[in-house]
Amino acid sequence: MISGVRETGRDKVFLIINYIYVLLALVIVAYPVIYMISASFSDPKYVGSGEMWLWPRGFTLKGYQIVFENSKIWTGYANTICYTLLGTAINLVVTMPAAYALSRKDFVGRNFFMGMFMITMFFGGGLVPTYILVKNLGMVNTVWSIVIPSAASIWNIIVARTFFQSSIPKELQDAAQIDGCTNMRLFVKIILPLSMPIIAVMALFYGVGNWNSYFSALIYLNDESKYPLQLILRQILVLQEMSAQAGGAMDSASAAALNNKAEVASLVKYAVIIVSTVPIIAVYPFLQRYFVQGVMIGSVKG
Amino acid sequence: MQGTKRLLMSSQLQKRRKESNKTWKRIIQNWELYIFIAPAFFYFLIFSYGPMYGIQIAFKNFIPTKGILGSDWVGFDHFIRFFDSYYFWDLLWNTFSISLYDLAIGFPIPIILALAFNEVKDGFFKRLTQTITYAPHFISVVVMAGMIITFLSSSTGIVVHIIQWLGFDAPQFLTDPKWFKTVYVFSGVWQSAGWGTIIYLAALSGVDPQLHEAAIIDGATRFQRVRHINIPTLVPTMTILLILNMGSLLGVGFEKILLLQNSLNMGASDVISTFVYRSGLVDAQYSFSTAVGLFNSVINAVLLIVVNQIVRRTSENSLW
Repeated sequence: MISGVRETGRDKVFLIINYIYVLLALVIVAYPVIYMISASFSDPKYVGSGEMWLWPRGFTLKGYQIVFENSKIWTGYANTICYTLLGTAINLVVTMPAAYALSRKDFVGRNFFMGMFMITMFFGGGLVPTYILVKNLGMVNTVWSIVIPSAASIWNIIVARTFFQSSIPKELQDAAQIDGCTNMRLFVKIILPLSMPIIAVMALFYGVGNWNSYFSALIYLNDESKYPLQLILRQILVLQEMSAQAGGAMDSASAAALNNKAEVASLVKYAVIIVSTVPIIAVYPFLQRYFVQGVMIGSVKG
Repeated sequence: MQGTKRLLMSSQLQKRRKESNKTWKRIIQNWELYIFIAPAFFYFLIFSYGPMYGIQIAFKNFIPTKGILGSDWVGFDHFIRFFDSYYFWDLLWNTFSISLYDLAIGFPIPIILALAFNEVKDGFFKRLTQTITYAPHFISVVVMAGMIITFLSSSTGIVVHIIQWLGFDAPQFLTDPKWFKTVYVFSGVWQSAGWGTIIYLAALSGVDPQLHEAAIIDGATRFQRVRHINIPTLVPTMTILLILNMGSLLGVGFEKILLLQNSLNMGASDVISTFVYRSGLVDAQYSFSTAVGLFNSVINAVLLIVVNQIVRRTSENSLW
């Protein structure tokens, strides 16, 4: 329809400017990512001096070797996987049934529950009272302090509720009830199998959040052996604790090859960024559809 | 007369009784739904309302061994101490200025980007751009901070190299307080502008194509169509997001600020929430820091309500 109309001169100028603008956005976003990937494979000498600016120079796998030889990173990885799986499972068990109950018009008290949940979006107890509570519950320095205080997000409950309201026909519920099906059976046998898309969206939202979170681990965990990957990353990337330690972990040959500790540290940084982010970035293009769907369901007001 | 009135009343009473019977029946019939909601109910009760109960320590001298109830009341002492402290205005200014700066830059960019994406008609290119610009959203805040620190490093950072290559002197991004806010805001744009377009693109996909056809027939240029059809379509979404943003003006991206903070840029990077963290959990001044946090949440809630009221008066796109 629109393409049938000939573009006028001014429209062409507009389109060209528009393409340049989009292309610019693309380059600005993509460049740092490409740079990091290249830097993680390059000799830190070239990276530090700025001679490596797009493609790898002085190809090396040393950075990855140091990262993979570091037991702290492995423990962090294992912890993160454990926290993410357990946390996401809890998130789903809390979110899905609640969202379904809230989607039912014949659920007496849904406005009360909804109101009670919504208030927490705008007002909370704050950091210290929450910390005291978690401490009093005896959760500090256990896995529960990571997965329980973030067991549900009101935003995700609303998204799932909106899905149930708009995508599950009410006739299903009526028919099931006439046949004498209980709500439990209805939910488990009929509603959940029909809700795979929203379960996927929720699992992804919660899963990414759990994978990337560092703050609850920072305040609740004391033992380094329990640290998730993000806290280990914080030590390496932000607190810059890697340089000394990496030097010690290396065999003498590679230490001689890369005798500048600062250079080693920067190489390790790029490698560790790639290693920690790859699981998410690698699956993301395949799941993009679901993420986008989730945002869109959430944007429908009401 | 009286008879009919009584009859009317009794029938109303009956109706009400019937309705309450129906309500009870529905509650009993759907008892399982209460089990469904129980985990979420208890979660919010304990982990959202529980801390609200703990807020009272802002008005007490909390001593862990005495517990929340056993500690002594001190009234508004902690608030007064905070308002009188020399850092009060600095904290408030940093918090507000970072938020407003972030809003001024970070709010319009996704809108412009969405409008631009929407004009790209080449399917493959459009999908490619979207996939790539959404991706940074999934980078964790720790990695993001690490990237900022390495890219802006004064001796080896690539951004510094590029600036020098262009023939300028690169500023000390990480240690100069003047640059902290800019670094914070623009790294945020890099990370989330693409993702922020989704919600606007969804709104744009709902535009009736007939509007565009009619405009084309009337001789409207592309720019005019964007200006007069697409932008007005986005106004309701913009309003809602703006209200929500105003409600979190004092709740700036605390996790990233905490990671980017160092002793040299503290003058510009210390905001209320990082101060609460430091004084509360690092220095263990529980009551004082709860008071500061409470001040923060009250201002947030008030801002949200005020902005929503203003919007409600002037348009129909308010939150409630």
